Amino acid sequence: MTARSQNDRVVPPSGAPATLTSFTAGAMTFLAVFALALALASGRLAERWASALDRTATIRISAPDDQIAMQTKAVLDILATTPGIESSRAQTPDEQRKLLEPWFGPDLPLTDLPLPQLIEVIEATEGYDSEGLKQRLSAEAPGAVLDDHTRWRKPMAEAASRLRLLGYLSILLIGAAMAAMITLAANAALSANAQVIKVLRLVGAKDSYIARAFVRRFTLRAAAGSAVGALAGTIGVALLPAQDAAGGFLTGLGFTGAGWLLPFLLPLLAGGVAFAATRQAAFTTLRRLT
Amino acid sequence: MLPQIRATGVAFTVISFENAAYSYGGGELLSDISLRLAPGSFHFLTGPSGSGKSTFLKLCYAELAPTAGSLTLFDRDVRSLSRDDVALTRRRIGVVHQDCQFLDHLPLAANVALPLTVAGRTSAPSDLSDLLGWVGLGQLAEAKPPSLSGGERQRAALARAIIMGPDVILADEPTGNLDWEMSLRLLTLLVELNRMGKTILVATHDLNLIRQAKPQLAARVLRISKRRIQLAGADL
Repeated sequence: MTARSQNDRVVPPSGAPATLTSFTAGAMTFLAVFALALALASGRLAERWASALDRTATIRISAPDDQIAMQTKAVLDILATTPGIESSRAQTPDEQRKLLEPWFGPDLPLTDLPLPQLIEVIEATEGYDSEGLKQRLSAEAPGAVLDDHTRWRKPMAEAASRLRLLGYLSILLIGAAMAAMITLAANAALSANAQVIKVLRLVGAKDSYIARAFVRRFTLRAAAGSAVGALAGTIGVALLPAQDAAGGFLTGLGFTGAGWLLPFLLPLLAGGVAFAATRQAAFTTLRRLT
Repeated sequence: MLPQIRATGVAFTVISFENAAYSYGGGELLSDISLRLAPGSFHFLTGPSGSGKSTFLKLCYAELAPTAGSLTLFDRDVRSLSRDDVALTRRRIGVVHQDCQFLDHLPLAANVALPLTVAGRTSAPSDLSDLLGWVGLGQLAEAKPPSLSGGERQRAALARAIIMGPDVILADEPTGNLDWEMSLRLLTLLVELNRMGKTILVATHDLNLIRQAKPQLAARVLRISKRRIQLAGADL
């Protein structure tokens, strides 16, 4: 028998408190996996929205039917000669129908609606002078309005960033709740073993020796419970529907690439939390009991 | 008068009280105690129930600290000891209680070896077996403490108290739960330990036990009376 296992044996099996620790760590880690998935998905979303919209703009032309074609040509000509514009093109009626399809269905009679003509603009790396472009458009195509997406891109990116922050905050709260539960369980185990602790102190055991037996037990219990929770949570995330355009954000709530390994860092964190919480509880209780 | 009890030719003391007192919340239980126990000495401590014998022993193994005066264990002031120092000091002091406690989930042999285990030391199985044989428990090495009789528990506690080779052995009413024959057997073990050079302090109200010990060794008797400790040799 090794010295370590001998040391562990001096403390009797902890029963319910240790089981509670395993269960708590497992449940909390299960929740933490989802919070982590939410945080990572939000982060990806924020980046995607920011990068997708960052270099694009839309020009909307609202004009009487007989002037639409003329103003569209004028706008495309202006864009072709504007520094900082990489490319531009007018959307076809089919493309506009597809944009509206989610709201009005596939059988939309597009010709019956007074829809504006949309022109997609991709800017070059160096960017363009949006104020100068707006002035030229108002002079040569009065029905054209430049939308550089800033108005709605910023709040969306901010919302995604805050969602990511919320995810990480959730993980912190879950960790704190787990620490509190494990502390309570460790205190219960220590109090239940008050007599054992007195005997150990009587025969010359240092606080660190006694604490180690409890800390090791609860740390291993928490890490094991957390590993089960991490596995279950990861399977749960994997079983979520695959990402598609129609599902939007909810179907993108998963891990990508090496991100699938991140949940398995949670048992290490749980073990660390249990170690710190039990050690603190052990030394406090030892000073109180003996 | 300060009762100084010294072993012949030994200059230092293992336990020394100087005008020490101990008070609980309500009042003073022990007052003005000045006493030095030299290595190799054997003392009985008597006094009526509630007189403070157990409290005095707790002071001797640093479970309590005096509320006034000073107490030194192995020439170190008890108040200056950290919790780790107290643990290390207790490895030099074996304690036997009347209601001796064990770790009930461990077999007797592991309980007896507990001081070694917590100190990170091991004993040869033959040494442990010899020790258990010496206290008459050789056949019970694997028994769990709850299955032991009162006498067996006392002897097991004595074996646990001495396995580290302590300098001092403190026994608090060690024969309180034992019949006369078992009490004499335990006394014989304590006398043997004293002959090996151990300092022994036995708190007991059993004057017959003290009288029985008198022909075997030069024991001194201390008596707690009116919160103070006095020499009570004449009681023998």
